Amino acid sequence: MSGNPYLPYPARIEQIITETEDKSLRTFKVVFLNKADGEGFTFLPGQFCEVSIAGKGEIPLGMASSPTEKGFLLFTVNKAGVVTRYLHNMREGDIVGVRGPLGNWYPWEKMEGKNVVVIGGGFAFTTLRAATIYMLHPENRKRFRGITVVYGARSPGLLLYREELEQWEKRDDVNVHLTVDATDDPEWPYNVGFVPAITEQKITACDDSYALVCGPPIMLKFTQPVLENAGFEPERIIISLEMRMKCGIGMCGRCNIGDKYVCTDGPVFSLAQLNELPQEY
Amino acid sequence: MTCPMTDKIFKKREFGGFLRALKKTYEVLVPFKEQGFYRFKPIADGEGADLRFTNTRLSPKSFVLPQSERMFEFTVDEKIEDAHILKEATRAYPPTAIVGIRPCDAKAMRLVDVNFNNPEFRDPWWVTRLNSITLVGLGCTEPCSTCFCTSVNCGPFHEEGLDVLLFDLEEYLLARPLTEKGKGLLQSGGVERDADEGSRNKAHKLRREAEQRISSHVPTDKLGQKNVNDLFDAPFWDDVAFACINCGTCTFLCPTCWCFDIQDEVIRAEGDRIRNWDSCMFPLFTLHASGHNPRAEKLQRVRQRFMHKLKYYVDKYKNGVACVGCGRCVRYCPVNIDIREVFRLMNEL
Amino acid sequence: MNRYVDEIRAVARKILEEKAVDLIIGFKKGSIPMMTEPVLIRDAAETGQLYWDSFCFMNLATYLPKREGKIGIIAKGCDSRNIAVHIVENQVKREQLYIIGVPCEGMVDRRKLCSLVGDKEVREIAESDGDITVRGEGLEHTLKKADYLQDNCIRCMHRNPVLYDAIAGDLVEERKDPDPYDDVREIEAMAWDERWEFFSTLIKDCTRCYACRNACPLCYCPTCFVDESGPQWVGKSIDPTDTMIFHILRAYHCAGRCTDCGACEQACPVDIKVRFFTRRLNRDVFDLYGCEAGLSIEERPPLDTYRPDDYDEFIR
Repeated sequence: MSGNPYLPYPARIEQIITETEDKSLRTFKVVFLNKADGEGFTFLPGQFCEVSIAGKGEIPLGMASSPTEKGFLLFTVNKAGVVTRYLHNMREGDIVGVRGPLGNWYPWEKMEGKNVVVIGGGFAFTTLRAATIYMLHPENRKRFRGITVVYGARSPGLLLYREELEQWEKRDDVNVHLTVDATDDPEWPYNVGFVPAITEQKITACDDSYALVCGPPIMLKFTQPVLENAGFEPERIIISLEMRMKCGIGMCGRCNIGDKYVCTDGPVFSLAQLNELPQEY
Repeated sequence: MTCPMTDKIFKKREFGGFLRALKKTYEVLVPFKEQGFYRFKPIADGEGADLRFTNTRLSPKSFVLPQSERMFEFTVDEKIEDAHILKEATRAYPPTAIVGIRPCDAKAMRLVDVNFNNPEFRDPWWVTRLNSITLVGLGCTEPCSTCFCTSVNCGPFHEEGLDVLLFDLEEYLLARPLTEKGKGLLQSGGVERDADEGSRNKAHKLRREAEQRISSHVPTDKLGQKNVNDLFDAPFWDDVAFACINCGTCTFLCPTCWCFDIQDEVIRAEGDRIRNWDSCMFPLFTLHASGHNPRAEKLQRVRQRFMHKLKYYVDKYKNGVACVGCGRCVRYCPVNIDIREVFRLMNEL
Repeated sequence: MNRYVDEIRAVARKILEEKAVDLIIGFKKGSIPMMTEPVLIRDAAETGQLYWDSFCFMNLATYLPKREGKIGIIAKGCDSRNIAVHIVENQVKREQLYIIGVPCEGMVDRRKLCSLVGDKEVREIAESDGDITVRGEGLEHTLKKADYLQDNCIRCMHRNPVLYDAIAGDLVEERKDPDPYDDVREIEAMAWDERWEFFSTLIKDCTRCYACRNACPLCYCPTCFVDESGPQWVGKSIDPTDTMIFHILRAYHCAGRCTDCGACEQACPVDIKVRFFTRRLNRDVFDLYGCEAGLSIEERPPLDTYRPDDYDEFIR
């Protein structure tokens, strides 16, 4: 990244998709205004961008699209604060800014030739979508062995990327286990149970595998022992963290855990790395 | 320093003339007492500089990292083509000379520089602004009882970060150029006479004596080796943190604190993205939009400040502690939380 | 002042040993001259740390809101009034507290001492009953404490604690001065633009550190109005308008509740005399409602009191 690292690339919202039935999550398809910005933008799943709205501020958003999806970026946004609330009310054609790619990525080199287990909860599944699409892409599929996805939300209407998930479920090159905490829908064809519980059922051996985990703090807390019991070493449990961020480039000082900045040394960390750090996140 | 530069000397009563000559090339900032305490202000015509001060109340970091700074400007007026697109706010970086800065404050800028100027990212405003400033330091002949610079890789006549170092030899000022910038400044100021051996010896003696006069010392030798979690979980944080009222005094006065916040402000259709000093002492610093706050408790925030300056910074940059021993936090913390005590507690854990 | 220390320590020790309280909040000696550090003690053996002198300017009531358990607290006159305000405002219960009251003839203003010695450093302070000796390199002055008191202490009308469970010494004579608001009249004598100029100059060095707000026992809102972001009321930069709004609004939020303890002014790292913002409101509340904050736990603060027979029409 040359020039001013605080200056966003102007971009346009091309499409807005409401993901969840309570409308609290929307996916924004964003296209760079300047083609050159788009062409120079190379990233790997796991990374994030600071999405900027002039007059409101910026927010760090994991990239939900894979680099194999050309010509646009996808961000799935939860309506939580000042900027996200405003973003949710924006329309197709509106202008935003994008700074990125920022942060580090899932350890793709280390995962070559390994089994990969993707575990996500709630609306933290965004970069895991990017990761899964990346792995399933014909150019990449053979780099990885077995791919398993465990993804759950509180109820069916709160699952992200519902249609895509159902298509993945039908594929034979990936094992998908969808779950909800509870449902009163008798037609629900998939699992019922918390993500850690379903993980425990479906992932019984660690088998030369890496686990990519992303979810709310409580899900991480209960999934960690399940993976450890299944034999996953802390170096192979990969977690993507969230933190309050402003600059996104390791300068404003607020997103640190110990001597690491979540925006530059992370947001992807291995459990082994996190165990060395003060437990302050 | 590759090539040693020659020390220069001039009479103290010529100091006013030196400053006036500098004014032709630089914006000259000198220490002034106003409303009860010293701060750096542009020198007005006909005024001399008050060099009796010990140090300024606020550190001169605000000249490189202003407390509030416009980053970008934009319009939200839909009728304008570039609406919602951020543009660099115009700014000027006139060559500036800060004359009378203490060595601790100059070294502090180097400590902060690793944050803003690194191989991965460069903060264009910090870098350009620091480059446009020439620092003429005044060594401390009479350090305060709260100064502990010699314990933290600094000292009353420390040269790191300075372009020129002045030694107050009563009737004379010995001016040691330390960089090309400093050499250039002395030339602009009309300081040409080389210092004689006697004066250079006096200067050397002055430095030695000043270093001896530092009466406050803190231990730092074991900080690097300590396990970060042992320090983090130490039992003394309760005692250290109780009195803290979580204001921003220590962070704002400190020359090595740099955390900032980014805010957008809009009036009618015109807006700015602004950077403001922020403080890890404030509860909002780490508050997530979800309401989760990793440092919701006062103790966690107090611990963060000391862990960052005395441990995380040490581990991350291998550059020593993020403290130059200027003593401002010790003197101005309203509840007398003394960082020197925390140094002892952490180092001796 | 030091005559109170022994009694404070004795009472503190007793109430901890008897488990009448779980902890004591007091002061310990500062690490530098003219400073003291608030301290929390749980162990009777540590009560020897407790200390009292003319530099106990922080208001310990600021550590009370929403604190649980049985709390022993050292309180001078103004502090005890803030404790009363906390009780009335449901921040702490009277039953939780064991107040060790300390009569106070005023705290010495360290800035006035520093001003006296100019640019030299004060290295040592020694106090006796009415005198204070200031020492530094090449300097020594023995002064009357009464000549160097904090501005609020000079005008103090309640030197003795109003609420206490034990008292650290004999009560002192209250000031008989009927005119504590001379400072307010001085500002009122200014023309409007002169007044605006005065206040603008007063806060021009403000760094928005919020030491004044955080030192104040009254400011216990979980989210202060300056930190609110939805909606955002006040900008966070050092823009003079935003800074002025902060100070003026904070003064209004303290109106009718402020005891003029001076902790705000003493805490400010750039020596701003922020009490000029609250003093006028204190006088107005006194003139309009006959109220001084915190004198009793039986009365509600004037600005949250409603009476059906209020003579003002607008409220009906």
